[in-house]
This record gives sequence, C-alpha cells and structure tokens, in this order.
Amino acid sequence: MRKLDFLMAGVGGQGTILASNILAGAGVELGYDVKTAEVHGMAQRGGSVESHVRWGEKVYSPLVEQGKVDYVIGFEMLEAGRWPMYLHKDSVVLINRYRIPPPAVNLGKATYPPDQEIEAILSGKGSRILWIDATEIAKGLGNPAMVGVVLLGALSRLVGGAEDVWQSVIERQVPAKFVDLNIRAFQEGRSSMSA
Amino acid sequence: MKKLMTGNEAVAYGAYLNGVRVGAAYPGTPSTQIMENFATYPGVFAEWAPNEKVAMDVAIGAAFAGTRSLVSTKHVGLNVAADSLFYAVYTGINAGMIIACADDPGMHSSQNEQDNRNYAKFAKLPMLEPADSEEAKQFAGIALEISETFDTPVIIRFVTRTSHSSSLVEVSPDQVPPPPGEPQPYKRNPEKHVMVPAFARRRHPVVEERIKKLAEYAETLSINRIEPGDDSIGIVAAGSVYQYAREVFPHATFLKLGMVYPLPKNIIRKFASMVKTLVVVEELDPFFEEQIRLMGIEVKGKEIFPMVGEFSPTLVRQCAVAAELINESGAEAEAVATMAVNAAAKLPIRPPILCPGCGHRGMFNVLREAGVLVLGDIGCYTLGVAPPLNALHFTGCMGASIGVAHGVDKGKTKDRFVALLGDSTFFHAGLHPIVDVLYNQGTTTTIIADNRTTGMTGHQHHPGTGYVLQGKPTKFIDIEKVVRGIGYEKVDVCDPYDMDTFRKVLEDHLESREPSVIIALKPCVLQTKEKHTPPRIDPELCTNCGSCLDIGCSPLIQEKDFVRIDPLLCNGCGLCMQVCPMEAIIRD
Ligand SMILES: Cc1ncc(C[n+]2csc(CCOP(=O)(O)OP(=O)(O)O)c2C)c(N)n1
Repeated sequence: MRKLDFLMAGVGGQGTILASNILAGAGVELGYDVKTAEVHGMAQRGGSVESHVRWGEKVYSPLVEQGKVDYVIGFEMLEAGRWPMYLHKDSVVLINRYRIPPPAVNLGKATYPPDQEIEAILSGKGSRILWIDATEIAKGLGNPAMVGVVLLGALSRLVGGAEDVWQSVIERQVPAKFVDLNIRAFQEGRSSMSA
Repeated sequence: MKKLMTGNEAVAYGAYLNGVRVGAAYPGTPSTQIMENFATYPGVFAEWAPNEKVAMDVAIGAAFAGTRSLVSTKHVGLNVAADSLFYAVYTGINAGMIIACADDPGMHSSQNEQDNRNYAKFAKLPMLEPADSEEAKQFAGIALEISETFDTPVIIRFVTRTSHSSSLVEVSPDQVPPPPGEPQPYKRNPEKHVMVPAFARRRHPVVEERIKKLAEYAETLSINRIEPGDDSIGIVAAGSVYQYAREVFPHATFLKLGMVYPLPKNIIRKFASMVKTLVVVEELDPFFEEQIRLMGIEVKGKEIFPMVGEFSPTLVRQCAVAAELINESGAEAEAVATMAVNAAAKLPIRPPILCPGCGHRGMFNVLREAGVLVLGDIGCYTLGVAPPLNALHFTGCMGASIGVAHGVDKGKTKDRFVALLGDSTFFHAGLHPIVDVLYNQGTTTTIIADNRTTGMTGHQHHPGTGYVLQGKPTKFIDIEKVVRGIGYEKVDVCDPYDMDTFRKVLEDHLESREPSVIIALKPCVLQTKEKHTPPRIDPELCTNCGSCLDIGCSPLIQEKDFVRIDPLLCNGCGLCMQVCPMEAIIRD
C-alpha cells in the first residue's frame, strides 16, 4: 500500500479544517490508516493556517515531514507559496487562483508576489503546479464557502478512489441542507481537472 | 468499528464510557473540545466554570460525592487551579478523577510554553500521556482505575498535536457506561478531608508513600513498554514525540512511556542495559532525562534536541543527523532547495487579525487616537497590539490587566492609562482586581470589551452570556449590575462601533480621575452572524490618504491610486465609512 501525505494551506476562515476532515474520511473509506494535525483557536482569526493529512499502511506522526509531501492544496496563492520545504520532485501543488492580501500588503508595506514568483518557489524540485479557479467556481455555485470542496473534487481526480466513495464521505460530514450544494461543488471541481 | 477522532474527542469518549458523570472546565486552546464533546453524551453533567480553579473544585467535589469526574484545561489553566490540585492530592477522592491537561509547545495559541509534566512531580500525583487518540480513549479508563486504587486524581497530559490530531479509535455502539450507583451519604472524615495543619501533617507521609507505591505499580503497567529493535540505539519517548521518533528511527529499540510520572525505574535500568546508546527524545524540559541521569545512567537528550519550541519529524531528524545518530539524511537533504525556501521565508507574513466587523476595532481606533497606555489582557482584543492599530501596551496572563493598571496608578505614571479586558476574562479573573481598585482607592478606568462570548477560543458561553455550555438559557449575570453592586458609581455602557460617543465617554472617564468602568458592548458578529451590505469606495472621491487602512480591516485593499473593498471578505459594519475624511466610502 502506498503512502500519501497532504498539506492544506489557507487563511483562517476559508474552511481548511472541514476539507481536511473530508480528506481524512476518504482515506479511511479507501482502507488507509489515517492521521491529521491542525491548529484551532488563535489561527481562526484571518491568519495562515495549515492542516496535515496522512494516509498510509501504518501512520505514526500526524505531521508530514519536510521533503515528503505528495500533495499541497493551496486555498490561497500566497499561502501555497510558503511550503517549498515540504516538496519532493514528484509532488503536486494544487493552487486556487485567489488572492487575499495579508495586512502588510493592504497597508502598501509589501507587495503581493506575482504568480510567476509563487510558481518559481514551488517548482524548484520539479513539482507539478496545477492552477484552479476554485473560488470562481464556488461563486458560480452561489457560495464562496464551497471552495474547499471544489478543491477536493479536483484533488480526487489526481488521487483516485471511486467518486461515490468521496461523495459518501461528504454526505456524512456536511449538514443535510448543504449536501446537494457540496456534491455539485465536488463534481465541478472534479470535472475542472479532467485534462 | 473504527472512527476518526481527535485526542480531545477520544478522551471525552473514554471518560464517558468509563462512567464519568461530572465534567467542568474553562475553555483554552488546545483543550477546549474535551468538555464540548463530553457535554454531548447522555446522562452527564458538564459545565463551563468561570475559571479553571472553580472547574477543579467542582470536579473534586463530585469525586468526593462518589461520582467519577473530569476537569479539562490548557497548560496555564493548571496554574490557576494549582492551589486546588495540591490539596486534592492530600485529601484524595472518593471516586475516580481525571485532570485532562493540554500543553501548547510552540505556543500556537498561548502566552508561554511551560511543561506541565513538572506539575506531576511538584504536586506528587500520577500522569499519563497518550500518543494518539486510541490511547487517549484507553488512558481515560486506566487513569480512573489508578485514581480509585491509589486515592488520587490522575493527570492525562496532552499537547497540541495529540489534542488536535485525529486518528482511528475503536468504537462499539453497544459499549455503554456502567449504570450510575445510588447516591451515598457523606461519610465524615475530617482527618482526611479537612486540611488544617494537624491533619495535613498526617497526610503528607501518605502522599509520599503513595507516590512510591505508584512507582512500583508503573513497573507493571503495560502502557510502559519496550519495543525491541536494533540495540545500537535505545530511544525513550512518550506522546506525540514518540510518533516522530518512530519515523526517524524505524529500527531502534524503544521504551514507550504511557505513564510519564512516576517513572518505572527498573524498566528503565533494564532498557538501558539492553542498548549501546540511550537517548531521550522529549519536547520542552529534560523531564525524563534528569530523572534518568539521577539514577546514575548515562543518557543523551537536550545536548541533541532543543528545550524550546515544538518538535516535528523534520526537527527530530535534523537533530539526529547533526548528532550522527543516523546518517541517512536522504529525503531531508534533498528537501532543502535552499533558494526556494529562502524566497518563501521572505513572503509577507499573515498574522491573525481582528475579524471584519469586530467591535474591538472601533474601540482600539479610539484608544489609539486618545494616546492612552492600554494595560491589556488575553482574548481576541490582544490582537489590538498589531499594526496598524498598535494600540495595546501590556498583556501578561488572564486577568492581569486591572491589577497591573492599579499598580501603574500607584507607581505613578505621566501617561493616561486604562485597563482593558474581555467579558469572559472579566468573569475568569477580573472580579478580584476590580474590587481591589475600589478598595484601595485607585483611579483606574477599566474597559470591559463585552462581545457576549469567549471569542478567542471559538465562542464558548460564560456567566455573562445567559446560556450554559449546552446552549440552554440560564441566569444572565449582568456585568453592569455586578460592578455597580460592588460599588462603582461611574459606569457607562457604550457601543464601540459608535466611535464619536465612545470617544466622549472615554475622555469623560479619564478626566474624572475616579475608579470607573466602561462596558464596550458589541456582540461578536461571527457569533450573531450580523452582516450588512458591503460599502464600496468611489475611486473618483478617494484621495488614497490611507485613513481607512489605519483601522486594519482586511477587506480594505490598497490598489495603485486608491483603496478597494473586497465584498467577499467585508462584513459591512461601516466603520471605515466613519473614518474616511472624503466621504468616499458609500453604501448603495
Ligand atoms: C488561564 C487561562 N485560561 C484560558 C486561556 C485561553 N484563553 C485565552 S483568551 C480567552 C478568553 C477570551 O475571551 P474574552 O475575554 O471574552 O475575549 P474575546 O476573545 O471574546 O475578545 C481564553 C479562554 C488562557 N490564555 N489562560
């Protein structure tokens, strides 16, 4: 059984915790041992947040080791750019094309890095970079909060596992009245990766 | 059946399964969800106490009454509850009692990174430390058994990475707790339960004897186990650090400690004799290392691994390579594409900030303009320290604000000053110092930033919200009435969004030179879900003066010649409209 290590990076309030719970649930459903690590509390307040999710035959550490992550899922561009030390040559970085300027940028004291800079930081090892307009897709569905599930849809295409396995986990984890919306978000994310 | 659970969820589940029926806590990251989860089980009583000391006393009382109990806290909460912890070790209990305590190495959400294993040694009681969620569940049962066998509370220690990490836990739907026993009459036993000096003197030898017996018992506990492997290196570890070490030293011999105090000395001696090099891998203090060295055993620890900060598999590997314990630096060396890592380190940081729509923002804007010294406290409002608000001057621990302000008052300062604390913090540790100001004739103006919730830790109820932990209505304890009842005569309640009024009230209080209280009342908008149509900035009218940016609200984004509002992030509170000198921010 192969191991798969994931890192979700975003801004507090973007829904990384729900997304990592679904990803962890999918791992269990697919027969893996699974561990996750995240930080609650302070980090909710618009700061950088990161969640670790690990699938494997037997997982010890809940934290992914640097140089060993298989997938980075960036909910926000700058946040994706912070994690080159975790990548190896076969890693895949999935980035939502969406900017939330941090305070220093808002105040005009720093500049938001251009796309090429983020790509350069992340592709040093040969990792594959995939851009996705997840926030746009979520807005199209009428709810920008769906961005995490859109990203999971895209990720599911890369990782494998039957579509209905993923969907059954979503059905179990989101409130009943939002299930349909979440499933649509998942499917749109999934088809955006069809290439 | 197996289910993913965090360590917090799992220990609550384990406590419930083993018949714990009373739980008390005050919120604190990373421990908060222990009590939130425990409260969801049928047939239990669970409460948010105003602070950790009260929570500890409640749990002790329940255990006195013969009901198994649970108190949970973050590491610094045990400082608040320490007085009670120490007496409970003397008096013992009449039913099992668990203290679930979560440390925060790396200070993800804390003011310090103390190592609470020291409390086990200091207060002389047993401590267990789970390494994953399944252990968290099981250790609850073991802790209760130890607690009742040895007549002592038992601490289960967590760290952020065991509290907030999920792993698989065996759950069986038919497993249910034992039925509650009949309430028993209280058996009077003053020699054991009334800690006057004469009786306490007799209890101290009992405590010493007990901890010796516990050390013998530790030798027999299967949660202290030797995992055989290559004998060139033997690793002693516990908790999440054990998991990191397992990845870095896959072939080593391990002594995995489930009970971290008192230590099983015979097992340690045997283990040391089995391996060529003995290495302790432990976060924060050299707690095992010093005890092992005192046994006369040669051991490596803090010469290899740091005393400061949180561990990770990456850090353990780097240290192990540097100390030549392992040489396979493969993945790690490959990982360091130095240029990219340096470039990433230069990316603008994103610290936590006050949320859009937060009432604290208007208050800080006024305080900054007024140029007063703000002796602050712990809560969301601590974020007022960050630029561009830069409006907070002091934060120590919960409840320190008012006492420190009173000291500043008596120590004489040229500056005008206020004490500032939140509503939850007021009930936690603000009542005593606010009495002190009045009693000792101070002049402090105390601002209570009342957002009707415990915001920082994720919206828990407290005595000033009118609801209990489970969300059910209860007696609302009105802060205004409390401070008037104490004897404050100058008290105002004021909405900090309305900055003109807030400014006038503040100036009036500062000028009066008498002890006073301003309650800055604005319920947390994340909690109430209050939201308005976002305004927009007319680029024609905007002169790019930056006044709106000075309130530090994330939806306000600097473009080349003007400022723009991101409607996805904006809460529509309109605070920025109040500060724009050009009236360029308009709501359609
Ligand atoms: C002794 C102790 N217990 C718990 C905490 C965790 N904690 C930090 S701030 C806070 C409460 C903040 O609530 P409030 O004062 O109402 O301010 P708000 O965050 O809502 O603005 C808590 C529980 C702590 N730091 N110290």
